Amino acid sequence: MHSLRYRTASVFKYATLILGALAALIPIIVVFFASLKTGSEYASTSPLTPPSNWLNFANYTKAFVDGKMLLGFMNTVIIVVISVAGATLTGSMMAYILARFKFKGSKLLIGLFLLATLIPGVTTQVATFQIINSLGLFNTRLAPIILYLGTDIIAVYIFMQFLDSISESLDESAMLDGASYWTIYWRIILPLLKPAIATVVIVKGVNIYNDFYVPFLYMPKSSLQVMSTALFKFKGPYGSQWEVICAGIMIAIIPTLIVFISLQKQIYNGFAQGSVK
Amino acid sequence: MVGSSKLGYNNQGQKARSGFGLSSLSYRTQRIVIIVAFSLVPVLLLLTFSYLPVINMFKYSFTNWDGFSKHMTYVGFDNYRTIFTNPDYFSVFKVSLYYFFATFVQMALALYFATILSFNVFGKNAFKGILFFPTLLNGVAIGFIFLFFFKPDGTLDTLLQFLGLGSLSQKWLLNPNIINVSLAGASVWRYMGMNFIIFLGAISSIPKDVYEAADIDGANRWHQFIHIILPSIKRILQLNLILAVSGAIGVFDIPYIMTGGSNGSSTFVIQTVDVAFKYSKLGLASAMSVVLLFIVILVTLLQRVLVKEED
Repeated sequence: MHSLRYRTASVFKYATLILGALAALIPIIVVFFASLKTGSEYASTSPLTPPSNWLNFANYTKAFVDGKMLLGFMNTVIIVVISVAGATLTGSMMAYILARFKFKGSKLLIGLFLLATLIPGVTTQVATFQIINSLGLFNTRLAPIILYLGTDIIAVYIFMQFLDSISESLDESAMLDGASYWTIYWRIILPLLKPAIATVVIVKGVNIYNDFYVPFLYMPKSSLQVMSTALFKFKGPYGSQWEVICAGIMIAIIPTLIVFISLQKQIYNGFAQGSVK
Repeated sequence: MVGSSKLGYNNQGQKARSGFGLSSLSYRTQRIVIIVAFSLVPVLLLLTFSYLPVINMFKYSFTNWDGFSKHMTYVGFDNYRTIFTNPDYFSVFKVSLYYFFATFVQMALALYFATILSFNVFGKNAFKGILFFPTLLNGVAIGFIFLFFFKPDGTLDTLLQFLGLGSLSQKWLLNPNIINVSLAGASVWRYMGMNFIIFLGAISSIPKDVYEAADIDGANRWHQFIHIILPSIKRILQLNLILAVSGAIGVFDIPYIMTGGSNGSSTFVIQTVDVAFKYSKLGLASAMSVVLLFIVILVTLLQRVLVKEED
């Protein structure tokens, strides 16, 4: 009796897991199928039918060339690298002074950053746009970079948490050797923060890569398109050529897939840490 | 005490290898220098791009500014009056309700999968990866994936036919009665993995011996879930709920990319962006943003009070 109930529960468990996995995968798999079909094949087969030729990359070439995906990819990489490096640096600096020095105003500083995260970004976008515009940054790569560069409290918290586990006696012994606070930060703290940095880089990097709103609003110029906005442009001209759009979708997804597979563990940690405020 | 002469030496820009010549300063001076230097850029960015916009937004909201002209006329509360009296503006919040309810479905699914995957399951890591992966995808890619999914004779219709439920298929994105359900469904697909991974992290922080003790006491999985897991992740659950509310109010990506807000799928944010940039009514759009901000703050405060009371 007990074992029967146990077995039913087990069947139910795996059935739901498989169902969940299918729900997560099918929408992507059908897009993958479509991306490998020729135009006439796409029109005559159902979305669930696999492509006849698994190596038909014509759509990919077309999407890549016509959609100027390489340009989008380059712009994305530039923006991601600069803003993630900057945000990591400023975030770890903030965390360093907040964790290591007790000074007047440190509470106020944390409060300011905390309050800022409570202001939902979308609400102030209209006013932010005016500031970017008056700084002459509209339609430059600097616009998204400077907006992403802003230190976010989550990164500061992740760094501060990690700094607590780095013994202060390490700082003190360096001070006995006459090291400056900058040297301590640069030579001792920063290298030890590596795991935390990896977390912040992944979380921020994924967010920036996937963002649509900021580049769409601040860099409408076509030479400045990023992956998101490049893909968005497929909507008009390829409205009926779904096989090409699907190839475009896959091109945008593949870098994410590679990063995910190679950094799976770090990503899990990163998202779990980033979310526990 | 280490002398201002040394400070002067540094001011002449003689940079030592060990970084900015800081090492020749006393630690007390260094402290001040480093605190100021390290917080200067972040604070400047924070003030310019977080606080200044809020102040400006309030200012604009009382004007009829179009965004480019040199003049803006003060119009008092006219913009606010428009928002609250013209049903075109406020009624879009109804769309948020779909996303709000969808979040409960999303959290329930996430909690269910997180619970079963925190115990021994065959293929645990594969399932974890598959369920989480959609969250990492590009928003535009997701928009297109679901356009493909919902289009006539698209994935969903074909699946329904395959299952013998072909009669259920319909115009998922053209029917105003169903469009928001479809879009909210896409949103669940997108964000479920995020909640899932957060719950998984929270559940895995529960010490294993608690379960063992419960096992000895004869508690089944359901009891363990109710008495061990649920109380331990209560805070995370509440945090996610608040994010759900503000998330539901701030929906933009999926409906904008998929439908552009047509067929009754427009959200408050889509409308704000349109009013500001398509119709050049920056004053009105700012007033809408202020209203949005107040709603989110109100919800946040409410949540704080509720959580405090329970503790």
